[in-house]
Amino acid sequence: MNRLFQASVINNEKLVKDHYLLTLHPLEKIKKPKPGNFFMVAVNKGLDPLLRRPISIHRWLDGDFQLLYRVAGKGTSILSRNKPGDILEILGPLGRGFPLNIKSENIILVAGGLGIAPIFALAESLAGKNLSLFYGARTKTEVLCTRELNTIGVDPVISTDDGSLGGKDNIVNVLKRHVTRNPSLVTDHVLYACGPGPMLKALSMFAIKYKLKGHIALEQNMACGLGTCLGCVVKTSKGYKRVCKEGPVFSIEEIVW
Amino acid sequence: MANKKSIDLTVNIGKLKLKNPVMTASGTFGYGDEYAEFVDLNKLGAIVVKGLSLKPKEGNPPPRIVETPAGMLNAIGLQNIGINNFIKKKLPFLRQFNTPVIVNFFGDSIAEYVRAAEKLSAADGVHALEMNISCPNKQAGWSIFGTDPKVTYKVVSEVRKAADKTLIVKLSPNVTDIGLMAKVAEDAGADAVSLINTLTGMAIDIKNRRPRLANIIGGLSGPAVRPVAIRMVWQCYKAVQIPVIGMGGIVSAEDAIEFILAGASAVAIGTANFISPKITEDIINGIESYMAEEDIKSIKALTGAVQC
Ligand SMILES: Cc1cc2nc3c(=O)[nH]c(=O)nc-3n(C[C@H](O)[C@H](O)[C@H](O)COP(=O)(O)OP(=O)(O)OC[C@H]3O[C@@H](n4cnc5c(N)ncnc54)[C@H](O)[C@@H]3O)c2cc1C
Ligand SMILES: Cc1cc2nc3c(=O)[nH]c(=O)nc-3n(C[C@H](O)[C@H](O)[C@H](O)COP(=O)(O)O)c2cc1C
Ligand code: FES
Repeated sequence: MNRLFQASVINNEKLVKDHYLLTLHPLEKIKKPKPGNFFMVAVNKGLDPLLRRPISIHRWLDGDFQLLYRVAGKGTSILSRNKPGDILEILGPLGRGFPLNIKSENIILVAGGLGIAPIFALAESLAGKNLSLFYGARTKTEVLCTRELNTIGVDPVISTDDGSLGGKDNIVNVLKRHVTRNPSLVTDHVLYACGPGPMLKALSMFAIKYKLKGHIALEQNMACGLGTCLGCVVKTSKGYKRVCKEGPVFSIEEIVW
Repeated sequence: MANKKSIDLTVNIGKLKLKNPVMTASGTFGYGDEYAEFVDLNKLGAIVVKGLSLKPKEGNPPPRIVETPAGMLNAIGLQNIGINNFIKKKLPFLRQFNTPVIVNFFGDSIAEYVRAAEKLSAADGVHALEMNISCPNKQAGWSIFGTDPKVTYKVVSEVRKAADKTLIVKLSPNVTDIGLMAKVAEDAGADAVSLINTLTGMAIDIKNRRPRLANIIGGLSGPAVRPVAIRMVWQCYKAVQIPVIGMGGIVSAEDAIEFILAGASAVAIGTANFISPKITEDIINGIESYMAEEDIKSIKALTGAVQC
């Protein structure tokens, strides 16, 4: 199955300001992505922007799939102007996703902002296990997918930077308080997280302190997405590793912050 | 219109005969394996692999790349797996194809260049060497080998003695007189010169007032550099008798033909592989179509055919 394919836009729905849910129909059969895998999307055919933009799988719909993205700059802004019927050229699925084959029945999921995009995919794959989702966003309107989370039986603990929904706090602090009140949360639980760098760093420090095992999905500027340019590395205990190839999912203890 | 079958795309670079003039640019095609899924590696003129050194090299801290208008800056820091690992782990895969493998290499001293060249010359399946002289010289306060004509002459002539395979010298564009540097490489025994390597550049994030690359300075590549590269290829073509391999911002067959008209015998595709992993094949097909339409029988006839 070809990892370089075309897909037609079924829908490119604006959820709230700057946040879009893009539903795509591949014009040929593609490899089923795993949660944590990503696609390199060519947002246009011209030279500006030049490079593809990495976006995580958000939802697999039996051959069709969805991407959830935030307008961060030029590339995602062009992407947001796509209309149903438009054709996009896409490379993927790429990278190593979250390990799904785990013994533990108790899972802590942590999402910061758009980190919910892959964390939702993961929650859907792990549905049936005991999932606790901690979800932080900037403000109430940017808390996404709550209805879909409820359908798969996940009731998130929410916090926002401005306190418009849930507590006014950052989500790592919220998790810390939960753990202090309920220490069993760190025994026999596995942690999975995706979000902004500073959040993942704070979370990793916390997890290491409490000996909580888990995996985080990282971001880095990318050019090829295939492991050849060596542009997307992060520092690990075993030297530099490529986010696009050995990642984007890494185990918590592996990353050197 | 010429029949596609009668079109002669072959070109000669030193002892190598390439089936067409399109190769990959070092550092943008890995060691070939990641691209086999998208490109028929047998179709390429040559595969040029990521720059290698005697010992593996860790490279620079991230962020290492940043996009700029119609281009990108990179400061990978020559990260590579080392010549021994390449020979053991990557070369067996590449030997399966009927496409010459050109190994790009570098060192931080003349002695290291020479030892690397000896090792690669002895390796079965390495068809030619491309020496990257855009890297820092330990013995000369880390100034760049390829910017001082005397140092360039010395390092190229020493490597020439150690290498019996076709030797391509990849010139640094960060010099005042590129024609002079090409002539120096030719006089020192190079079989061909290739250019351009990346142009040094810098980008600043105006919000946090910090450089966008951890290394502060990086190398600019992509369409943004193309006119500079075309000019330099033309100057080198006029300065030397040996073949010139042109690169810098090629994203289409038209761009490749522009380089050939400026004086390139062959071209290399770099950053464009990141835009589309199958672009090398598209460019080969495009060159063939152009020749059919323009009724050109041999690509060799186009080299340097710009009328000034
Ligand atoms: C593995 C991975 C998965 C991702 N998944 C999602 C997702 O599901 N939803 C989502 O909204 N965003 C996701 N991102 C982030 C997304 O790729 C960037 O927001 C996007 O590339 C910005 O492009 P732009 O042209 O709109 O903005 P730009 O103006 O180019 O930049 C805005 C910001 O994005 C960063 N950025 C720019 N280019 C890249 C690049 N090539 N790779 C990574 N970051 C870049 C810049 O450093 C800058 O901070 C993911 C990134 C990675 C690496
Ligand atoms: C990510 C990256 C890595 C590179 N690594 C090397 C290298 O190891 N050795 C080398 O001689 N040139 C290296 N180059 C330079 C390219 O081979 C080429 O000379 C340059 O990028 C111009 O061509 P382009 O505009 O088509 O990319 C690298 C370029 C890029 C973008
Ligand atoms: S993006 Fe090129 S190696 Fe990861």
